[in-house]
Amino acid sequence: MAFNHKHLLGIESLSASDILTILDTAESMAEISTREVKKVPILRGKTIINLFYEASTRTRSSFELAAKRLSADISNFSKSTSSVVKGETLKDTIQNLEAMNTDAIIIRHASSGSPHFISSFCSSSVINAGDGTHEHPTQALLDAFTIRQHKKRIEGLKVVIVGDILHSRVARSNLLLLNKLGARVVLAGPPPLLPPEFQHYGAEVMYDMDRALEGADVVMMLRIQLERQKRIFFPSIREYRSLFSLNPERFRRAKRDAIIMHPGPINRDVEISTELADSAKSVILEQVENGVSVRMAVLYLLLGGKEREIPD
Amino acid sequence: MKKEKIKARIMDAAKIKRAFQRMAHEIIERNRDLNNLVIVGIRTRGVFVAKRIAKLIKESEGVDIPVGVLDITLYRDDFSDMGEQHIVKKTEISFAVDKKDVLLVDDVLFTGRTIRAALDSLIDLGRPKTIQLLVFIDRGHRELPIRADYVGKFLPTSRRERVKLQMDEIDKKDEVQIIEPAGIN
Repeated sequence: MAFNHKHLLGIESLSASDILTILDTAESMAEISTREVKKVPILRGKTIINLFYEASTRTRSSFELAAKRLSADISNFSKSTSSVVKGETLKDTIQNLEAMNTDAIIIRHASSGSPHFISSFCSSSVINAGDGTHEHPTQALLDAFTIRQHKKRIEGLKVVIVGDILHSRVARSNLLLLNKLGARVVLAGPPPLLPPEFQHYGAEVMYDMDRALEGADVVMMLRIQLERQKRIFFPSIREYRSLFSLNPERFRRAKRDAIIMHPGPINRDVEISTELADSAKSVILEQVENGVSVRMAVLYLLLGGKEREIPD
Repeated sequence: MKKEKIKARIMDAAKIKRAFQRMAHEIIERNRDLNNLVIVGIRTRGVFVAKRIAKLIKESEGVDIPVGVLDITLYRDDFSDMGEQHIVKKTEISFAVDKKDVLLVDDVLFTGRTIRAALDSLIDLGRPKTIQLLVFIDRGHRELPIRADYVGKFLPTSRRERVKLQMDEIDKKDEVQIIEPAGIN
């Protein structure tokens, strides 16, 4: 059960047993958030920087609450209110923040690989909170936690991920994680947003959503990322909706006890109908709740032990 | 691999049973209102000790005492000395501790640091009327001003030895052992 990592850069570098250690630890953490005093002292005196170069509601406040519930000190930093607008480079920014004796840096950045780059010179633990179109490991972990809560297992489940796979770091991290834990992953979306190369990463690729949904245990809808569409990937929102939106009629093809997930923020009535998003089948808000427990587990496992020299 | 060996077997099943019975009676004597009593066992072996005490009180007085489980990993003060992290397990206390007489239970009392952590943790959960401490073995070497209200056995030991309460529930037998640690090899 040993968890020997200094950084959390992606799901790729975690073993199946690492992932299970995080999920089990998160289960114990969940109880703390139900107490009247939602705080334990384990990370007292640790300093964490929440460095967000991209907009975020859930991930950022979730990391912040997770750190606070473990008694760490956390400082928020966003691109618009920092010296980044004066032209400071990423490396300079990190080195300056580190000069204030930080223990961990949580980073979200539009460039894929930036957490890896930082970890090459940084002595703090680096946690990837989403890098470009690459990975978003804590999202995949909280998704797995939520699936396990409902299905009691992950192995052997059919998980269908629908939407803008090309731009989605959530899809990549989920694909890696679900493969490591033995689920069957089906990706669906319009061809320009779903390159067939994903087959080489252990997924089935389907362009017909109705077929993809047959017998699904979990349906994970992704947001259409309009901010990343520098080219035109589909003719119109209306066409997208008619082919790839999750509505009650389509959802009937999934198993009767299937659950609906979405990493948020949702575009109501684009990728998912409002009726389903707010239905009993939807676990979207549970995902958010579980995010805090999973991030508490990650912070504890990375920071709550002895200083170790691990080239991670 | 290091090899450790059992230096002595101090108590057998019969002696352990008698110590449990004596402690259960002491608790009953001291707590006139057993309906206000709750028991909290510290993971891992404290939980089994707690359950046995609750069972003995039930047999003698017919009162069901609620038993909760406390995991103190997140309250430890020595986590930065550990080679790797302790696994965090669930705290499972389904009752409110406010205004209750809480009987805190552990298997072995040594430095007192575990009990310090458990007290902090309990107080974060509410404001008990009183907290009493029961340990099966008190082996001395306290580093903090902590003393148990109920003790199964006082067992003077050397600091480098380990004391183990083996319990039928997990170890398939009841026995108290003193363990001699392995030399450096």
